[in-house]
Amino acid sequence: MIWNRPMESMKRADLEKLQLERLKKTVERVYHNVPAYREKMQAAGLTPMDMQSLEDLRRLPFTVKQDLRDHYPFGLFASPMRDIVRLHASSGTTGNPIVVGYTRRDLDNWSELMARTLTCAGANADSVVQVGYGYGLFTGGLGAHYGAEKVGATVVPISGGNTKRQIKLMQDFGTTILACTPSYALFLAETLQESGIPRDKLRLKAGIFGAEPWTEEMRRELEYRLQITAIDIYGLSEVMGPGVASECPVKNGLHIFEDHFIPEIIDPVTEEPLPYGEKGELVFTTITKEGFPVIRYRTRDISVLHVEPCACGRTHVRMSKVSGRTDDMVIIRGVNVFPSQVESVLLSLGLTEPHYVLVIDRVGTLDTLEVWVEVSEKMFSDEIRSMERIERTIQRELESLLGLTARVRLVEPKSIERSEGKAKRVIDRRKLS
Amino acid sequence: MKVQQISVFLENKSGRLATLTRTLANENINIRALSIADTTDFGILRLIVDKPDAAYLALKRSGFTVSETSVIAVAIPDHPGGLAGIMDVLAGAKINIEYLYALPEKTPDKALVIFRVERLDDAIQVLQSHGIGVLKGEEVYGL
Repeated sequence: MIWNRPMESMKRADLEKLQLERLKKTVERVYHNVPAYREKMQAAGLTPMDMQSLEDLRRLPFTVKQDLRDHYPFGLFASPMRDIVRLHASSGTTGNPIVVGYTRRDLDNWSELMARTLTCAGANADSVVQVGYGYGLFTGGLGAHYGAEKVGATVVPISGGNTKRQIKLMQDFGTTILACTPSYALFLAETLQESGIPRDKLRLKAGIFGAEPWTEEMRRELEYRLQITAIDIYGLSEVMGPGVASECPVKNGLHIFEDHFIPEIIDPVTEEPLPYGEKGELVFTTITKEGFPVIRYRTRDISVLHVEPCACGRTHVRMSKVSGRTDDMVIIRGVNVFPSQVESVLLSLGLTEPHYVLVIDRVGTLDTLEVWVEVSEKMFSDEIRSMERIERTIQRELESLLGLTARVRLVEPKSIERSEGKAKRVIDRRKLS
Repeated sequence: MKVQQISVFLENKSGRLATLTRTLANENINIRALSIADTTDFGILRLIVDKPDAAYLALKRSGFTVSETSVIAVAIPDHPGGLAGIMDVLAGAKINIEYLYALPEKTPDKALVIFRVERLDDAIQVLQSHGIGVLKGEEVYGL
């Protein structure tokens, strides 16, 4: 099923025409309504008249997270506050939070995009959607909520946490679609297993999982443990919230809803745009947003864009699963390491539980990497050498993938903190001046 | 002739052994013998208790990683060369020993040692054929 076939399956030539028209409007809007954007464009010698083709987008300056902080709280809004009907904000643990505003029409569009996303996961009016994303300033909960209502599904707005209750309601209300972070889904799966509730007491069919990068191996794990189809969804508050892109049932990349967003991939160092098929940092320009449009926003997420037609019939470009974030990336002895790389090794070996954390420290002048991973009941042996063999196997695989020596440390089950939202995968103890 | 031993994965951090022994105490389980094998990061605690099944369940419920392993308890003549004689028998049968540890209880002329060996059934047979006493599980739990 496709929620909005005319838009999602539009011929690419028509789509590009639509994009250009909408891009022009957006650039005009920010130029006239947002001094910060106007000044940046003037400094680059540009006016809205310069947007004559989609390629001209590349002439516009980038927007980065710091720009959003610098104009806290409402400095980048392109609509008067009387037209803004909703605010969302990031947690702001590292300074001012990022604040985003939505007009009535923005919220309608957002609901539409989440309806498309949920339809990708098979949702319809008969579905019961349990929204385990946090409600509140975080965009996850309300984003999924409005999309599910738009589809006509029954929404269970339980928010994150309270795992026992999640499972009780899942059972009693006959939840068919679960929306939460993949790490929380894994925790739910574990708790379900322990509770001994037989699978046939659940009607769960699919999950839409996002808000943090996760691997193919994690998908297999979740699909196996929960016996569902696991769909990766993508979004970020700065651009919209969830509903920027979603996997279709083909699960071969996430379709970016290009009638609302123009994606680019750039080299994060040179900032040069890269062609389709090359890996780099994702950059988005919103082309329908009124309250908080962004121009060439650098997401820090690493992905690849594919434009080849998809078997599902949608024509929108597909982004590969996010393989990491340029700011999740840790540099250890000069080697770039992403937690997702470690995850794929651990899950493909299957010798341990899929819970892990990277602990980075500095001894003298040398960085050290330890990977803590939980021992699994079924692999536990009372012979030291079998356990050490597990450590060595993981160590060897990590070394060959990362090109870096990592010390593997087996820890007790449940000793790594479980997250009800985004998982914390890195503990960096280095004191860098 | 086999004895059920409880093995527990323990991280090397303070308080774990205390939690474990408290868990057993609460279930009124008595420890007959124990041994710890450790590396820098973790240890494996091996326990012989009076109620192995109850101990297994209680520890599992408390979140420990537990497994049950079959071992043998051998009565060894309590004089110089007693253990050596047993080793000769096992070596003669080409049976490898994974580990062993002593039980604190003993009779006036016999020491009790727990063996974890490869080919458990062969080991029992060869020891008995040499007139060496292998204790029944119940004998060890009830010591």
